[in-house]
Amino acid sequence: MSSQESVAAVPLAVRANVERERRRAATRRRQLFYLALLGLALLAPLAIYPVFLMKLLCFALFACAFNLLLGYAGLLSFGHAAFFACGGYITGHMLSTYSGLSTELGILAGTLASTLLGLIFGLLAIRRQGIYFAMITLALAQMVFFVFVQAPFTGGENGLQGVPRGHLFGLIDMQNNLALYYVVLAVFVFGFAVIQRTIHSPYGQVLKAIRENEPRAVSLGYNVDAHKLLAFVISSALAGLAGATKTVVFQLASLTDAHWHMSGEVILMTLLGGVGTLLGPLVGATVVVTLQSSLSNGPLGEWVHVILGVIFVLCVLLFRSGIVGWLERLVKRNFK
Amino acid sequence: MNFVRNSASAILASSLIAATAQAQISNNEIRIGYLADMSGTYRDLSGPGGLEALKMAVEDFGGTVDGRKIVLFNADDLNKPDVGANTVRQWIDERNVDMVTGLVASSVVLAASKVVEQGGKLALISGAAASSLTNEHCSPNHIHWTYDTFALANGTANAVLKDGGKSWYILTADYAFGHSMETDIKKVVQAEGGSVVGAVRHPFPSSDFSSYILQAQGSGADVIALANAGADTVNSLKTASEFGVTQSGQRLAGMVVFLNDIHAMGLDVTQGLMLTTGWYWDMNEETRAWAERYQKRVGSKPTMVHAGIYSATTHYLNAVKQTGSDDTATVRAQMAKTPVNDMFAKDGRIREDGRMVHDMYLVKVKTPAESKGEWDLYQMVRTIPGNEAFRPLAESQCKLVAKN
Amino acid sequence: MTLVFGVPLSVLLGQLLLGLINGSFYALLSLGLAIIFGLLRIINFAHGAQYMLGAFAAFLGLNYLGVNYWAALLLSPLLIGLLGMAIERGLLRRIAGEDHLYGLLLTFGLALIVEGSFVKLFGVSGSSYPMPEALKGGYNLGFMFLPTYRAWVIVAALLVCFATWYMIERTRLGSYLRAGTENPKLMQAFGINVPLLVTLTYGYGVALAAFAGVLAAPIYAVTPGMGANLLIVVFAVVVIGGMGSIMGAIITGLAMGLIEGLTKVFYPEAANTVIFVIMVLVLLVRPAGLFGKEA
Repeated sequence: MSSQESVAAVPLAVRANVERERRRAATRRRQLFYLALLGLALLAPLAIYPVFLMKLLCFALFACAFNLLLGYAGLLSFGHAAFFACGGYITGHMLSTYSGLSTELGILAGTLASTLLGLIFGLLAIRRQGIYFAMITLALAQMVFFVFVQAPFTGGENGLQGVPRGHLFGLIDMQNNLALYYVVLAVFVFGFAVIQRTIHSPYGQVLKAIRENEPRAVSLGYNVDAHKLLAFVISSALAGLAGATKTVVFQLASLTDAHWHMSGEVILMTLLGGVGTLLGPLVGATVVVTLQSSLSNGPLGEWVHVILGVIFVLCVLLFRSGIVGWLERLVKRNFK
Repeated sequence: MNFVRNSASAILASSLIAATAQAQISNNEIRIGYLADMSGTYRDLSGPGGLEALKMAVEDFGGTVDGRKIVLFNADDLNKPDVGANTVRQWIDERNVDMVTGLVASSVVLAASKVVEQGGKLALISGAAASSLTNEHCSPNHIHWTYDTFALANGTANAVLKDGGKSWYILTADYAFGHSMETDIKKVVQAEGGSVVGAVRHPFPSSDFSSYILQAQGSGADVIALANAGADTVNSLKTASEFGVTQSGQRLAGMVVFLNDIHAMGLDVTQGLMLTTGWYWDMNEETRAWAERYQKRVGSKPTMVHAGIYSATTHYLNAVKQTGSDDTATVRAQMAKTPVNDMFAKDGRIREDGRMVHDMYLVKVKTPAESKGEWDLYQMVRTIPGNEAFRPLAESQCKLVAKN
Repeated sequence: MTLVFGVPLSVLLGQLLLGLINGSFYALLSLGLAIIFGLLRIINFAHGAQYMLGAFAAFLGLNYLGVNYWAALLLSPLLIGLLGMAIERGLLRRIAGEDHLYGLLLTFGLALIVEGSFVKLFGVSGSSYPMPEALKGGYNLGFMFLPTYRAWVIVAALLVCFATWYMIERTRLGSYLRAGTENPKLMQAFGINVPLLVTLTYGYGVALAAFAGVLAAPIYAVTPGMGANLLIVVFAVVVIGGMGSIMGAIITGLAMGLIEGLTKVFYPEAANTVIFVIMVLVLLVRPAGLFGKEA
C-alpha cells in the first residue's frame, strides 16, 4: 500500500523519465551484448576451423528463419528443407553454369528462387492451421524433393558437385576460407538483422497478436492471412539464403538438404535453443552442429541420432522454452 | 577443444610447407585417410575390412617410410556425397592428409575427388565402379585401381551374349555408378549385335524390387541385367526368384557381384552365374597367402576391393619411399613410372587418364558339388588381358588424354 | 498382347496387384495412426519405428528364441503394443493437455532414438527374414506370377482392418471409444475410465503397426530404416482419408496403393510423389480430408 502511494507521489514526468532511462539502459546492454558477440565472431576463425564456423552460421541462419515462423507467427512448417535446398541448388547451378558469375549474384539467385517457392507454398498452405499446416508443408516439400531427384541440373543422387565459389563482386577470391568466413558472417548478420527488425516492427507485434489469439486479431480488422503469408515468405527467403550460402561454403548441394530429416533437424535446433527467442535458434544450431561434428569424429559417432532424439524428448518433456528461454527466466528471477 | 588444436597445427603445417617447398614429407608424416561405407549397403565389400587391408599395407612398411610415421584416419561416408566431401575437406584443411583411399559409392567418390583435386592431394579409388571417373570426370589427382563398369560390362555382358542372350533389359541404380554401368552395357550389347529393349531406374538404395522385376518380366527380354550392387543386387535376385523369373525362361546377369554377395546368397541360388572380377583370392600362392593373412584378422576372405586397397596403398608408399616426397605430382609421376607388381596385379600400369590397367577375370560360380570349402566359390573361365578389359584411350573423353 | 495406353495389359494388371499389396500395408499403418489421432489427437511420428520394431521382434524371436512366423504374427504385436502402452503412460500422458504439435515432436524424438539405436546394433542394411514354408511358391495368374506370400498379405491385412473397423463401429467398447473422441470429460463423468481407454487405444494402434511389420518382414529386408520412409507416405494417406476417420484410412490406404501402382506403369520415378500431389489437391478442396468431418 505504502509503495503504491509513494509511486503515485512521484510526478508523472519523472516516472516517465525513469522508465525511459531504464529502457535505454536495457537497449544499451543489449547493444553491448551483440557487439561483444560480433567481436567474438570476428576473432573466432583464429582459433576454430573456419569451414566449421561457416557451417554453424548457415544452420543458425536457417534456424533463425524457421523460428520467425514458428516462434512469432505460431506456424510449424515441416517442409522448410525445401527452401534450404532450393537456395542451395539454384545457387550451385548458377555458379557452375555461368563461370565468372560473382559469388553474391549466385547467392542472390538462390535466395530469390526460394522466395518465389515460399510464396507458392504460402499461398497453398497458409489457410490451414496446426497439424494440417505442418502436413501440407511436408507434402509440398516432398514434391520439391522429387523435382530435385529428377531435374537434370541437380545431379540426382550424385548431388551438385565441385561448385566454384567464385569471386565476391568479381574481385575477391572466395577460395580462401578466411575471406569466405567474413562474407558468411556478413550474410548471417544481415539475415539476423532482418529478423530482428521484423520482430520489433509494428508488423511483428501484429504477428504476435495473431499467434496469441487469431479470432481477436481478425475482429480487430487485421488481414490475418496476408500477415501470415508475409512471415512465411520472409522465412523461406532467409532459409534459402542460408542454403545458398552453405552451397558456396561446401561447394556442393545434395539431396540431404532437401530430405524431410533436414526439416526435422531445424525444428530440433529451434526447439532446443528456445522457440520465440531471438538468440534461441543461434544457440540451438550451435549445440546441434557442434554435437554432430564432435560426435562423428569420436567413438560415439554412430549414436548421433540417438542423442539428438534424447534431446528432442527432453526438450518437449522438461524444458519447452529451450536453453535461452530457461536462461532468460533464470536471469529474471535472480536479477530483477 | 578439438578444432582449436587441429587448426592450429594446420596453420603451422601450411607455413612449414611454404618454408621447405616440395621433395619433402609434409608434417614429417605420411597421412592417409580411409573413406568408405562402414555401415550401409556396401559395408561388406569394403567397410571395416578395407580399413584392415589398409593397415596391413602400412604394417608391411613397419608403420614408417624412412623413419617418417604413417598416420591413418578413417570415416564412414554413409553413402552420402555431402558427408564424404565434407569429411575429405576437413581432412585436407585440418589434418593435411596426403592421400585418400577406399572410396566406394561412385556418387561419394565424384564429390570427394573434386575436393581432393582442389586441395592438390591424391585419391586412390578402389571401391567405386563408375568408369566415368577416368572418362569425363578424370583428374590428375585420382587413380582408379581395382575395376570399373566398362571392364565388368565388357567381360560379363560379352560372355552372356555369346551364351545366347540377345535382348536385354537393364535394372539400374539411379546414381552415377548405375548410369555409367547402363551406358557401358548398352555399348557392349549393341556392338555384339544384341539389343537393349528397355531399362528402369530404381532409387538407391531400395528395399522393394517387386515392381521393377515385374516390369523386367513384362519386357520379355532374354536377359535382365542388374546394374546395381551390394544389398540392392542381392535383393533384386531374391525378388526375381520369388516372382519366378528364371522359370519363365529369362536369365539374370548381375553386373557387379562381389565375393561376399555370392557367399551371402549361397551356391544353391547363385551357381552357374557368370561374372567378372579384378581379383580372386584363390588364383595362386601369393593371393592365397595374402587372403589367409587377411582372413585371420577379419574372419572372411577378401573381396577384390580389399585387395585393391592393399595394392594401391603399397604402390603409393613405395613411390613415396623412392622419391622421398609426399608431394602429389611427384608421387603420382613415380607411381605411373613403375609397373604394379604384387599379389593383386602383374605388370599393371597407370594410364594418363588415371586408370590402373591390369588383367581382369571372367569366372563362373561353382555348383555346391564343385565347391570344396566355404569360400571356394569361383571357377576361372578366362583371363581378360588388361588392354582388352578397359576402355581404350582412343575412345576416351578425358581431358588429360592427348588427342591426335 | 493387349495394349492399354501403349502398355501391355499384363504389366498393368501386375502393377495394380502389387499396388494393392502395398496398399494393404498403407491401410494397416494408416488405420493405426487414425485410431491414435482420433482419441489422443497426436500425430504418432514413432509409427514407422514401431512398424520396424514389429519386424525386428519377429526376426530376433526367430533367431534367438525359435519363435516361428505364425507365433510372431501374434506375439510381436502384443509385445510392441505393450511397449506402446508404456510409452503412453510414461511420456505421452505428460503432455496430454498441451498443443498437439508437442506430441508430434515427442514421438519424432522417440523415432530418432529407436531407429538410431537399431542402426548401431544391426547396421543399416539389416537382415532378411525367411519366408514361412507354407507360404512359399505362387500362382500363375496368366498375366503375372503371384507369390503366395503376397496374396496372404492382402488377405491378412484386410481381415485385420475390417475386424478393427467392426470393433470400433459396432461394439460397445468401440462406442466408448468414439464417445471418448467426442467428449472425454463427459465420458469420465459417466464413470468410464478414459485414461485406461487412451492407453489401450495407443497400444492397439502401435500393435497394428507391429503387425504390419511382421507381415513385411519376409518380403522386404528387415532394416532399421524400413519404417522411416514409409511413414511419410502413410501420413499423407491419413491426411487424405481425413484424420481420425477409420474407414477413410482403410479405403484411402488401398486406393493410394493402386494409384501408386498405376503411376509405376506410366511414370515410375514419380511413384513416391504422386500421393503427395493428391494430398495437396485434396486438402485444397476438402480441408478435412475425403472422409473427415470439418472440425
